[in-house]
Amino acid sequence: MKNEVLRDVERVVLTLDVNGETRQLLVPVHKTLLEVLREDMQLTGTKHGCELGECGTCTVLIDGKPHLSCLALPVQLEGRAITTIEGMAAGSELHPLQVAFAELGAAQCGYCSPGILLSARSLLEENPKPSRADIQEALAGNLCRCTGYTKILQAVELAAERMR
Amino acid sequence: MRVVGKPLPKVDAAPKVTGRAMYADDMLPARTLHCRILRSPHPHARIVSIDTSGARRIQGVVAVITGADLPVKFGILPVTQDERALEHEKVRYVGDPIAAVAATEEEIAAAACDAIDVEYDVLQPVMSIDAALETPKDERIQEYGGPNNVHKFVTLEFGDVEGGFARADHVREDVFFYQGNTHLPMEQHSAVATYIDGRVTLWSSTQVVHYVHRALSKVLELPMHRIRVIGAAHGGGFGGKTDPFAHEIIVAKLAMLTGRPVKCTLTREEVFYAHRGRHPVLMWVRTGVTRDGRIAAMHFRSALDGGAYGSYGVASTFYTGALQTVTYDIPAYRFEGCRVFTNKPPCGPKRGHGTPQPRFALELHLEKIALDLGLEPVDVKRRNFVRPDTRTVNWLRVTSCGLPECTDKVLAASRFLERKRTPGHGMGFAISSYLSGAGTAIYWNDMPHSEVQIKVDRGGVTAYCGAMDIGQGSDSVLATIVAEELGLQPSDVRLVTADTDTTPIDLGSYSSRVTFMAGNAALEAARKMRALLVEAVEASGRKYEEVSFEDASVLAEARFGTLATAGSYTPPPIAGPYKGSGVGPSPAYSYSACVVDLDVDARTGLVHVNKVWIAHDVGRAINPLLVEGQVEGSVYMGLGEALMEEQVFRRGLHKWPSMLEYKSPTFLDMPDVETFIVETLDREGPYGAKEAGQGPLLPVPPAVCAAVHDALGVWIDEIPVTPEKILEALRRKEKGEPARYGPHRFPSIPYPPTIKVDAPPPTT
Repeated sequence: MKNEVLRDVERVVLTLDVNGETRQLLVPVHKTLLEVLREDMQLTGTKHGCELGECGTCTVLIDGKPHLSCLALPVQLEGRAITTIEGMAAGSELHPLQVAFAELGAAQCGYCSPGILLSARSLLEENPKPSRADIQEALAGNLCRCTGYTKILQAVELAAERMR
Repeated sequence: MRVVGKPLPKVDAAPKVTGRAMYADDMLPARTLHCRILRSPHPHARIVSIDTSGARRIQGVVAVITGADLPVKFGILPVTQDERALEHEKVRYVGDPIAAVAATEEEIAAAACDAIDVEYDVLQPVMSIDAALETPKDERIQEYGGPNNVHKFVTLEFGDVEGGFARADHVREDVFFYQGNTHLPMEQHSAVATYIDGRVTLWSSTQVVHYVHRALSKVLELPMHRIRVIGAAHGGGFGGKTDPFAHEIIVAKLAMLTGRPVKCTLTREEVFYAHRGRHPVLMWVRTGVTRDGRIAAMHFRSALDGGAYGSYGVASTFYTGALQTVTYDIPAYRFEGCRVFTNKPPCGPKRGHGTPQPRFALELHLEKIALDLGLEPVDVKRRNFVRPDTRTVNWLRVTSCGLPECTDKVLAASRFLERKRTPGHGMGFAISSYLSGAGTAIYWNDMPHSEVQIKVDRGGVTAYCGAMDIGQGSDSVLATIVAEELGLQPSDVRLVTADTDTTPIDLGSYSSRVTFMAGNAALEAARKMRALLVEAVEASGRKYEEVSFEDASVLAEARFGTLATAGSYTPPPIAGPYKGSGVGPSPAYSYSACVVDLDVDARTGLVHVNKVWIAHDVGRAINPLLVEGQVEGSVYMGLGEALMEEQVFRRGLHKWPSMLEYKSPTFLDMPDVETFIVETLDREGPYGAKEAGQGPLLPVPPAVCAAVHDALGVWIDEIPVTPEKILEALRRKEKGEPARYGPHRFPSIPYPPTIKVDAPPPTT
């Protein structure tokens, strides 16, 4: 690698379904979904904390299931439904989870919030009446350093109750 | 009150739950260049030469800089200006920045860093407190400081220590160690700079735009009015973004050289090396007590492993000795502190800055003293509680103090004193105190610590303040105070904060100062604005409460012209009459009490925390939801430190610089927390408010250790309390050795002569 000019990278044309919109993109084949969302689509609501698949911050939904966008390759995701935090509200109507997070102070610095909101949404779609242990299990891959998790658990429970 | 005391959502909740909040790395101005920094692979080395020609040849590389381009030294404290944005003479830890590249793509910048040839003359690294106290094998790490690799000594004695020990019925000595750990903010540090028409603008994930502003001005040799620093949405600080950082200066310099926006976002590994986190501290404490457990005299020694640079270290050193007296009435007190340089990432302030380590030592030391005397530790602690409206022996002014109420709350809720003793199950109790803002500024000046301006026009209110919301909710506090005074809702108040061009000064989010100081400034500005509005409405023959805010603002603007008011806050001159008295004074101290309930498996050493009860004297909860959030977050971080987090190095390399290997508590590790807010209405706080963000961390580690002792009868005198340490202590207990795990000795340190300070006159 030393003193060597970077070789031209291979680029591919991809059609991605993000938040219900179909977008055609020309991206380097090795770019991660995280990078494509943030850099090529300006969807910067998806954050990153490690870019190694360790912290859960970059979680997005693929066909409704949480995935780490820093480990996902867009070349494998054509035809799959990708949901980011920007796609969570219905127009200007916030999702009940977003409302509950705001009301109960579940977002402090807010940096982990997009990933946790999406993981929680996937949980509630699968299990509308989760126990506290179910929520802890479902969100265990998402780290938060501000809240001590307590208010997040309460917010997910409140949203679940309101959605039933 | 209409909005103060109500659990309202944060004013910035909506942007945060929708992904709209713009953090520094979310910004990508047109033509942005990406910056990567080449860092030292050696913990200690002289730089012989740096050859950047290979990097410059790479297509897409626009600029390469080295230390020769940024030779001016900087540092957060005026007394330790020992850092360079890029080092060109010597590197002092793995991760020390050497060169930086701006390129069209981040990958190109990274490849260009690889293409830079640096020749090193490798020196022996100094990797421990003991090694730093010895004669250096090659050369010392820094050229200044005390003997060998000592950075700073503090030696202070207050009152009659010798007499106090002579009068004591019982004297006990203990040694404790608190391992270093790091902030681990979810957001990696990031900064973006532009240079347009001779002016630098920097957006950064910093806790203190003002100190970054000062450092940029010094190193770039530009007047402050040609630099603008803006705090981007902030992804977590905990003290870790309180120093001015190399990457902030580097992107500004690269923007000046290239005329293009330049961005640098640290990798997670770089964040571990940027550090400025909790100092590893070895502590020795000797206390004399009367038969009933009243403290007669205390002698406390601390040795801090500071890492390679000064950072906040001088202040950290003082803090390891300052606040012991703010919880317990200590009539005679001697403190000897020593910070050493080692070839590790610099340590600095992390939540509680320099005080969680001595708090841990002091709380466990008093537990042991109580057991020596056959007394209940809670009783001994209570007997020594400091009283409100007193001055401590080291001249710290205590005003409101809710220690007894906090203690009563957690003891009653947890039924601590009625607990059943079963092997493997334990409960522990501890207390603490923390500053509501440092009473003195980091650089000496007579100006206010916080300023707020308010503008009202045509029914709209805007408040301007340099305060930086790092997630703790300082924006919400400002909006709530302004709304309360003007009869509005917090969401009605527009805020402009943390922008050195458009907002008046606030010293930033550190030392738990913002609610108290910016809050008081906001209160003054808002009361002045209210007076204008009231006068104008009453001149029209009506009462303020009867007209809409829109009508009131129109009447006032018609009467007075442009409606603008200002308020500012300067702490009272409360520091004691001795050198070094500037660290410790605060306009008010918060108080906390905590009980931890846990199970320990004697076969595996694994600790499972069942529940934490915590009561916090916040003076007044301006927003109880936010106070609870700060308290719960503090408990969480305290548990992480107590049980798993540690920053450990092997030959200069961090042993686990990733979020997977550096263990921090997950959703599954976090116990139930029951929080009690205690309100003592401090007479100088805004509506009586004090701090909430740091103090509640402090009692958690000692309460965990006390609970482990309660469960198994072994003392773990070292943080973190890992299963290995518990098992080793159990083995020692079984063999009939002292049932403890922890340091055995405190090194011999060549302290300078002690500065003796008379105790303040007794308060009436």
